Formats: sequence, structure tokens, C-alpha cells
Amino acid sequence: MSDLTPDKPPAPADTAPRRRDTTGLLRTVLKRLGTALLVLLCTATVSFFLVRLSGDPVKILLPPDATARQESVLRASLGLDRPLVTQYLDYLWGLPRLDFGNSLVHGRPVGEILAERLPATVELAAAALLLTLLVAVPAGVFAAMRRGRGSDHTVMTGVLLGQSTPPFWVGILLILVFAVWTHALPASGYGTWANLVLPAVTLAVYSVAVVARLLRSSLIDVLSSDHIRSARAKGFGPLKVVLRHGLRNASLPVVTVVGLEVGNLLGGAILTERVFSWPGVGQLTVEAVSNRDFPLVQATVLFFAATFVVVNLLVDLSYSFLDPRVRTSR
Amino acid sequence: MTVTSPAAARPAPARAPSGGSRSAVPRALLRNKLAVLALAVLALLLAAALFAPLVAPHDPNAQNLLMRLRPPAWQDGGTRAHLLGTDQLGRDMLSRVVHGSRVSLLVGAGAALLAGVIGTAVGLVSGYFGGWADRTLMRLADVQLAFPSLLLALAVVGFLGSGLGYVILVLGFTGWVSYARVVRSEVMSLRTRDFVTEARAIGVTDITLMRRHLLPNVMAPLATIGTLHVAAAIVAEASLSYLGLGVPKETVTWGSMLSDGQLYLGTSWWAAVFPGIALMLTSLAINITGDALRDVADPKAYRR
Repeated sequence: MSDLTPDKPPAPADTAPRRRDTTGLLRTVLKRLGTALLVLLCTATVSFFLVRLSGDPVKILLPPDATARQESVLRASLGLDRPLVTQYLDYLWGLPRLDFGNSLVHGRPVGEILAERLPATVELAAAALLLTLLVAVPAGVFAAMRRGRGSDHTVMTGVLLGQSTPPFWVGILLILVFAVWTHALPASGYGTWANLVLPAVTLAVYSVAVVARLLRSSLIDVLSSDHIRSARAKGFGPLKVVLRHGLRNASLPVVTVVGLEVGNLLGGAILTERVFSWPGVGQLTVEAVSNRDFPLVQATVLFFAATFVVVNLLVDLSYSFLDPRVRTSR
Repeated sequence: MTVTSPAAARPAPARAPSGGSRSAVPRALLRNKLAVLALAVLALLLAAALFAPLVAPHDPNAQNLLMRLRPPAWQDGGTRAHLLGTDQLGRDMLSRVVHGSRVSLLVGAGAALLAGVIGTAVGLVSGYFGGWADRTLMRLADVQLAFPSLLLALAVVGFLGSGLGYVILVLGFTGWVSYARVVRSEVMSLRTRDFVTEARAIGVTDITLMRRHLLPNVMAPLATIGTLHVAAAIVAEASLSYLGLGVPKETVTWGSMLSDGQLYLGTSWWAAVFPGIALMLTSLAINITGDALRDVADPKAYRR
């Protein structure tokens, strides 16, 4: 949702452990894991109480003319008549075993429903990620190498457009052009490659813009440093200098911010799935919220938070691969 | 998880404690032609929102089932009475687009203001006092960041009820982190400056010091973030309305118009395209203005 990414990417150096002993590194990893667990516990708690602040799901499940007795029978069978604290502790106790309870609407274990919807979302996210890398990296490199010239401005204008356009509007435009007007691709559906194209492009637009913009400014920073100057002095061509000496250093801040942008991407996935009726977790979330399906909402919210946390843990760990200084400090 | 805020890592630009010359910023902004254009679009939009009942040719909710899904005036079958055509209930598109700007701007400004106030307060306290207050607040910011904000908004609005107030509240409460981080890093570098030490030496209280001496110095970066956040909040509100979870159905919003229009995309492109263009133009104009503000406030970024 946020467009607040500034031009200059942050230096991730302060997150990297610099101690020589392995206990230092281990402690950092453990601390990071602790924070991750704390975040998940907070998410679980907030979503548990938030959904219960709202209306009564029994009223939605039953027709309006149901008797009080029918209501209480259903409430008891769903376990909603127990004290709140009991329900909460039950819920927390189930989490480590991936037991999220039964869906109020579908009557089946929530974990099962989530597992059914997961492949579609993973497919969509993977395709969008691939597209992002294929488009954003060349665009960022190109713009950085031609900084200040017309082609740089063209790329940056595209970036501005991409960052300002909400995914559902991109999706609707794509449907209009490629499905309604030219009949080239299907507007919805799931299962074939043709179905994947429009949703993947829709989801990728925003991240292409973010990554291209950051990579450009990060590369411009790196290209003015000493080791690049000496690589140039050795007679390497400009493209070789960028690819062999610049890109690796420039990717570090980009990776950091991409980790933080995952939250926006997940929001984008919810909208994209809705536009194309994509049968993924995002659609499931919207359905669950509209149906007041408590256990399902709790599980999907937790799923998205867990994805964010895991990606950011991986980002932290990736520093040691991208930055040899971190690796040698082990 | 340690998260380095993109903005927090930026070095604080040295500024005079008094706030510098104020007229320099508008003048530099006006030199940027794109920004001038963006500001003009925003002025137009603001006027449309303020005077919507006067500008709109029809009542945005007046239905006319005999005039359903009429194309824009310049297409075959269109009429002068409905310049941008009509929707599936025969309501005038132009009037609806004009009225839709009200919710967008209100939510954008309201959410940015609320998030700005919360974030600035947190950032001031965190940066000025440091220690456990800083650690607690920044940990809170980490946790907040881990929530996908659209998802949180979805859950809150979906469960607590739809309404303009809820949307503004939830977008305000999910958007404070970037303000807090920037204000904190600025305050941390200001804290050691002479004018702060001197103010403290002559007995200025913490509250006064923060309000009179620190706050004016963080206004420039705050303005940039605030501007960009208005666009983000407008897009978020449209997203919620698109999902059918924003403000109530009777209120005209661009998001719900897009959602309705998508159903008739096969026959009537205008029902979705005009609110979409309005939304994109608004978000683009605000983002361009925000970028221009940043370039003026931080000339180093501009040169790159």
C-alpha cells in the first residue's frame, strides 16, 4: 500500500553480525527468531480478539427466523459458548501442531482448506517474482548506466506510473485490452499457462517499479566507488563493470527493501486474486472476512504474517551470501 | 527481526535550527514543471471535491433505468446529458466520478494526518529520550510492519463495520511507522546539537524543547512522507472499497465504482475506466508532488 520507499536505499550493514565468534552469530540468529515468534504471537492474539469484537457468526449462519434454542445449539456445537479465555488458550495450543480448528462455513479443518488454496497463490507469486526479476533488473541497470539521459527518464516515468497504479486497476485495464478487446487471453480461470499471464503481470507491476527504482539509485551509488573506478581503469567495458563488480554490491540494499515490501506484495496478491477470481489464499481471506468465518480469518491472517516474517528472516540470512565481509566474520 | 527503515538510514540534512527560509521551498517546487502540472491537477481535484454538488451535472445516486449503461457522449448512442455515460443503474458517471473524489481526499488527508500525529509523537519521544522507551517503541514498529496493512485494514473494517471513520482510523493507525522512523533518526542527530544543549541548560522543559525546537526541524521530511502517504491511503481506501469492505454502499467511491464496472467490462468499458483514470491521476499527481518535495528538501537525492 505504501509508496514511501525513498530514493536512497538503506545500508543493511548494521543488521549484519560482525563478531568473530560463532556464539555471537548464533545469538543474533536466536534473537531474530525470538522477534519473529513474538510477531506471530501478537498477530495470533490480535486477530483472535479482533474477530470476536465483531458480530455473532451464529446469526449469519442461521436464517433470521431461527429460534433462540437453535442458536444456542449451533453455538455449542461450534464451541463458541465456552469462556473466551478457554477458546484463546485452545487456539494457541493448536497452533504449534498447525491445528487451526474447523471452518464455521465449510465445516472442515482450516488447515486443509488453506493447503488446497496455497498452490494457486504460490504459483501466482512465483510467476510475479520471476517477471519482476526479468524486467526490473535490466531496467534498473539500464537506467543507472544512462543516468540523466532520455532513456533513464523513460524508465523512471514508467516506475512512477507503476508505483501509483493500484493492482486492481492494472488488472481491469489488462482484462479490457487483452480479454475484452483483443480476445488474446482469458479474463479469469485457473489451470493453464494462458490463465496465469494477466494475473502475474498485474501483481508484478508494483514490484517491478519498486525494484527498478531502488536498483537504479543503489547502482548509481556503487558505480562511484573506488573499486569500480579501478575496474574501469583495468579496461573492462561498462557493461562488464556493472555486471561483475556493481550488481552484487548494489543488490544488498535492494534485497533489504524487497523484504519490507513483501507486506505490500501480499496485499497486492489479495487484490489480484480478487480481480481474476484466482482460487488462492487471498480470495479465501476476503471470503472468510465477509462470512465472519473466525477460524479461517485467524489462519489466513497468520499465514500472511508468517510469510512476511519468514521472507525477512531469509533476507537477513542472505546478507552473508551477498556480502563477503559478513561471511568472513564467521 | 531487524528492519532498517529505508528512510531512517538517510543522513539528516543539515538545516538551520530556525527552519531556514520558508519561501525557498515553494519557489524551487515551481521550477519543476512536472510538479506544477501535478499541483494543478490536485487543485482541480480539490475544487471538484469541495464544490461537488455544484460541479456535478446530476445527483450521483439518481437512477434512471431507461438510461442504463449509456456510452460517453462522443460514442454512438451517447447523449450530451451524460458526458461520460451512465452505469448499470443509469446513474451519471461524471457526477459519480466527481463525488467520488470527496471520499478519496477525505480519507487520504485524514489518514495521513492521523498517522503523522501518531508517528511524530512516537518518533520525538523515541529519538529524544532513547533508552527503554526507544527500544519498546521501535519493537512495536517492527511488529506493526509485519502486519500486511491491507490485511489488517480488511480484518478491522470487515469485522468492526464499514464506515468512513473506521477506514480513516485503521489507515491512520497502520501508517505511522514510516513517520516515526524518520522523525526518530532526525531527532537523534539533532539531540546532540548545540541549540538543544543550550536550551536544556537554560531550563527549557522536555515538552517545550520537543515542541518548540525539535518539531520545526523535522517538518520538511514530515511533509514529504505525509504527501506520499496521502496517495497510499487513497489507494488503500479504493482497495477496500473495491473488495466491498470500505465505506457503505450508498457512498460514492472510486473503488466501488471500479468493482461494479468490472462486471460490465465486456459491454461497457466506461463504467470501470473513468473511476480508474480518476484514481490513477490522483495518486500520480500526489506522488509527483511528494517526489518533488523530497528533491527540494534533500537536494542530494535530486542530483542523483
